[in-house]
Amino acid sequence: MTLLWIALLPLLGVLVPVLTARRGRHFCSLATALLPALALLLTLAQLPALNAGEALRFSVDWIPGLGLDLAFRLDGLSLLFNLLIIGIGLLILLYAHYYLSPEEPFGRFYAYLILFMASMVGIVMSDNLLLLWLYWELTSLSSFLLIGFWSYRSDARKGARMALAVTGAGGLALLAGLILLGNMVGSFDMNVVLASGELIVADSLYPVMLILVLLGAFTKSAQFPFHFWLPHAMAAPTPVSAYLHSATMVKAGIFLLARLHPAIAGSELWSVIVPLVGIVTMLYGAWFALIKTDLKSILAFSTVSHLGLITVLLGIGSPMAVLAALFHILNHATFKAALFMSTGIIDHETGTRELGHLGGLRRAMPVTALLTTVAAAAMAGLPLLNGFLSKEMFFTETLVTPVLGGLSWIMPVLATLGGVLSVAYSLRLVYAVFFKPARQAPPKSPHEPPHLMRLPVELLVVLCVLVGIFPAALATGLLGLATQAVLGEALTFYLAVWHGFNLPLAMSFVAIVAGIALYWRHPYLKSFAKSFQPVDARLVFESAMQCLARRAESGLARFDGGSLQRYMGLLLFAALVMGTLGLAGMGALTGSRGNQPLDGVLLLGAGLLIFGGIGTVLTHRHRLISLLMLSVVGLVVALTFARFSAPDLALTQLSVEVVTMILLMLALFFLPQKTASESSPRRNLRDIALAGSLGTVIASLNYAVLTRDNDPISGFFMENSVPGGGGHNVVNVILVDFRGFDTLGEITVLALAGLAIFKLLNRLRLFMPHSDNEGRLWSPDCYPMILTTISQAILPLALLVSAFIFLRGHNMPGGGFIAGLITAVALILVYMARGVEWVQYRLDFPYQPVAIAGVAIATLTGLGSWLFGKPFLTSAFGYFHLPLVGKFELATAMLFDLGVYLAVVGATLMILANLGKVTTAHRPVKQPASSDTERSTKEKR
Amino acid sequence: MEGLYAITTGVLTACGLYLTLRGRTFPVVVGLTLLSYAVNLFLFSMGGLTTDGAAIVDGPASYADPLPQALVLTAIVIGFAMTAFVVILAMRARSEAGNDHVDGREEERQ
Repeated sequence: MTLLWIALLPLLGVLVPVLTARRGRHFCSLATALLPALALLLTLAQLPALNAGEALRFSVDWIPGLGLDLAFRLDGLSLLFNLLIIGIGLLILLYAHYYLSPEEPFGRFYAYLILFMASMVGIVMSDNLLLLWLYWELTSLSSFLLIGFWSYRSDARKGARMALAVTGAGGLALLAGLILLGNMVGSFDMNVVLASGELIVADSLYPVMLILVLLGAFTKSAQFPFHFWLPHAMAAPTPVSAYLHSATMVKAGIFLLARLHPAIAGSELWSVIVPLVGIVTMLYGAWFALIKTDLKSILAFSTVSHLGLITVLLGIGSPMAVLAALFHILNHATFKAALFMSTGIIDHETGTRELGHLGGLRRAMPVTALLTTVAAAAMAGLPLLNGFLSKEMFFTETLVTPVLGGLSWIMPVLATLGGVLSVAYSLRLVYAVFFKPARQAPPKSPHEPPHLMRLPVELLVVLCVLVGIFPAALATGLLGLATQAVLGEALTFYLAVWHGFNLPLAMSFVAIVAGIALYWRHPYLKSFAKSFQPVDARLVFESAMQCLARRAESGLARFDGGSLQRYMGLLLFAALVMGTLGLAGMGALTGSRGNQPLDGVLLLGAGLLIFGGIGTVLTHRHRLISLLMLSVVGLVVALTFARFSAPDLALTQLSVEVVTMILLMLALFFLPQKTASESSPRRNLRDIALAGSLGTVIASLNYAVLTRDNDPISGFFMENSVPGGGGHNVVNVILVDFRGFDTLGEITVLALAGLAIFKLLNRLRLFMPHSDNEGRLWSPDCYPMILTTISQAILPLALLVSAFIFLRGHNMPGGGFIAGLITAVALILVYMARGVEWVQYRLDFPYQPVAIAGVAIATLTGLGSWLFGKPFLTSAFGYFHLPLVGKFELATAMLFDLGVYLAVVGATLMILANLGKVTTAHRPVKQPASSDTERSTKEKR
Repeated sequence: MEGLYAITTGVLTACGLYLTLRGRTFPVVVGLTLLSYAVNLFLFSMGGLTTDGAAIVDGPASYADPLPQALVLTAIVIGFAMTAFVVILAMRARSEAGNDHVDGREEERQ
C-alpha cells in the first residue's frame, strides 16, 4: 500500500499548485513541495526493508483483459531513480521559485513539473510492462508541455513539437516492442518477464522486439541518430532543462535498458548494437559540445555524450559495467543538474548565454564561479570528484570488453578520445565564462543571485565532492541495491578513490593533458569546424514535417474532394456493387414459400405508394407539392403496417407522420421554396441509373427474403411475454422489458437529437422571406378562428386518448412511444392554433428537462433492479385488486414506459416548439406592434 | 403479394436514393425521409407478411413476428429525430454558408 502512495502522491500533487496558485508564490511553492517530499520520505522509509532483501511489490487488477495491472515495485533500481527524480525535482522547485519572473503563470508551471515528476516515478516503479508504457507516454506529453512552456516563442513551440514527435514515435515503437515481449513470455508482469531471459532471447521474434524496444529507449535518451531533438528542447525554461535533461527524462531510456537488462540483454545483437550506438553518440555529442557557443547547447550536447557513455556501459553488460553505468547515472545527474542551474543563474543575471558575450564573471559572481568550476571539473572527470570515479570505471570496462571481437582494442581508444573532448569542452565552458576577459559587456550588469536560488547548486556540488572523496561510504549501499536489482544477484565491490598506477589512470591522464592541449588549440578547431556547412536539425525536421503534411494533404484530396454529393454517389455505387455480387451468388430468386394471393386493396395501396414516391421525385423542384406527395407515402405506409397485422407500428407511423410533416413545413419557411434545375442531363441520367439499379437490388433482395422460410427467434418472446414480462402486447414487452436496454439507448438518442437541435437553433441567423416565390406576401392572419376553437376542444380529448393508450400499452396496442407522440401532436396543434407566445404564457417551462427526466426515469428504473440484486433493467410485475376498479396489473416496466413517454414528448416538443419559436420571431405581420397590443387586450378581457 | 411488396419497396428506395443524390438540402432531406419509409417497410417484412394476425398474445392464433415490429417502431421514432436534426442542420448550413447546397458552396456552372 505504501508503494501505491509513493506513486500516487506526486500525481495528486499536480492539483496542489493549481489550487493554491492564487494564494501567492511563496505559499504555492511550499504547498507544491509538500506531497513530493512526503513521497520521498516514504521511499526512504522503505530502506530497511530493502536492505533486508524484501521484494516490495503492490498489485491491483486494472484491466485484466489486457494484462494491465496497477502494479508497482520498489527495488534498488527504482529506489536510486526515485531519489534522483524526487530529490532533484524538489531542488528544481526551489530554483524555479526564483527563476520564473513574477508575471509568469507559476501555478501552471509547477503543475506541469509535478506531473512530469509523477510520470517519471511511475516509470521507475511500474511492475507491469503496459503500465510502464502508459507512464512513458505521460512523460512525453508532460515534457511537451514543459518544453513549450514559453509558448509565445516560436523556437519553444518547434522544439516542443520536435521532442514530442521523436519521443512519441519512439513510444509507439516501444509499445509494439513491449507487446511482443509480453506475448513471448505470456505475461506483462515484470517479475515474469525479468525471469524469462533465456526464453526471450531464444524466441524467433527476438530481433524485432529488441530493435523496437531500443528504438523507444534511444529516442527518449537522445542516442544517435535520434539525438537532434535534445538541443532544441533547450528552448525550455532552464529549470526544465536542468530537470528533464540531467536527471530524468533522458535517463528514462537508460532506465529502460537497465530495467529490462536481465530479460533482453543476453544476446550477440544487444552487445553489438548498444555499445556501438553509445560510443558514436558519445563522440558525436562531445564534438558538438566543443564547438557550440550557446551555454545550454554545450550542456545539451555534453548530456548527449554522457548518455552515450552510459549506453556503452549497459551494452557491455558485465556486472562491473552495470555498476559503472548506475554510478555514472547518479554522478551525471548531480553535476549536470548543478551545471544547468548555474547556466540559468548566469543567463538570469547577465541576460545572455552566448559565450562570445560572456567573460570575466569570476569577479562579479565568485561563488557561482567556484560552484560551476567544481561541477565542470566533475564533468571533465578530474580526480577527487565523482565524475572521475565513474569515468575510471568506464575506462576499465572498455579495456576488458570483448564486444567488437578482434577490434575490441578500438574501444579504449575511442573512450579516451571521448575523455579528451570532455575535458576540452568543460575547460572551455568554465574558462570562457569566468576567466577570459570579456570582449563586450553583457546586457545586464552581473551580480550574485539570491542565496536560496544558489542553494540547490551548492547542495549538488557538495554532493559531487563528497561522493568523489568518500565513495565507499556514501554510494556503496545505494549502488549495491540498484546493481542487485539489475543483475538479480548481489555484487561485491569496493569503490576506491585510488586504484594505484594502472592503465585507466594513464588514460585519464592522457585525456586531461590532451584535453587542455586541445582547448589551447581551440581557434584552429573553430576554423576547422566552420569549414563545414552547419546543418540546423530544426530546419531539416520542420521541412520534413511540412513535406509530410503536404503529401498527406494531397493524398487525402484524392479521396476527399469536399463534395458530399460525390461521396453519396460513391457510397451508393459501392453498395450497388456489393449488393449485386451478393445477389449474383444466389441460386433462384424465388424461394420455397412462394407468393400469397393478391387482392384489390393491396393493389390500390401499392399503386398509391408508387404514385407517391415517383410523384415526390417528379415534383421535387416545387417543394411544397413534393412534401404533399411525401405525406401520401407516409400515410399509406401506416396503412400497410395495419394491413399486415402490426397495429402498434401503424399508430406510431401515423403520429410520426404528422410531426414530420409539420417539421418539414416549418423548415421550408426558411429554405428556398423551389429548387433550381442545375444538374446536367448526364448527371441526372447517372443518378437515375444508380438509384434505379439499387432499387432493383433492394426489391430482389426483399423478394428473396420474403419467399424463403425463416426461423425467427421471436418464439421465445411470444412464449415468455405473459409469464415473464406480464404483458399480452409482445411488441411493447419487447420494447420495455426484453430489449429494454436498446430502448434506453434509443430514447437517449432521441433526447440528444433534441438537445443538439436546441443548440443548433441557438443564435441562428435566418433569411427572412417576406413573400413566396411569386411575390405574394404571407397571410397576416396568424391564428384562424375555426382551428383555434377546435384545437381547444381536442386538447383534453387527445390527452385522454394518450393516457389511455399509455396505460393499456402493456396488454393492447399502444405504449409509451405512441402515447408520447399523441401528446406531442395534441400540444403542437395548440401551438399552431394559438401561437408560441400564447402557449408559452400558459405552459411556462422548457422541454429540455422533460426529455432528460424521461431518460433519467428509465435509467433509474433499470438501476432499481440492482437494489434487489438483479441485473440492470430486470422488470417485476404483480396483479393487485382494488374495489370498484377490479383486478389490475402493476409492472416496473410501466415506470420504464413512463420514461419513454416523457422522453418522446420532451424531445418532440423541444424540436418543434423551438423551431416554431424561431419562425414566429421572423413572421412578417402587417403591423406587428398594433396586432400585438390587440391580442394582449383581447387576452385581458 | 410478396412480389408486389418487394417492388414497392424497391421503387420507394430508388426514389429516395435519387433525391438524396440531389445537390440541394431540401430534396436530400425529403429523399432521406422517403428512404426511411422504404427501409422500415423492408425491415418490417423480415418477419414475413401476416394477414389477419392477432394483435396480442391470447391463445392459439397467428401473430405477426413481433421482433421486427419492435425494431421498426423505435426506428420510426429515431428516424423522425434524425430527420429533424438534418433539417435543422440544413437551415443552419444555409445561414452559415449562404446557400442551400449540400457541399456548402454553389457548383461552378460549366
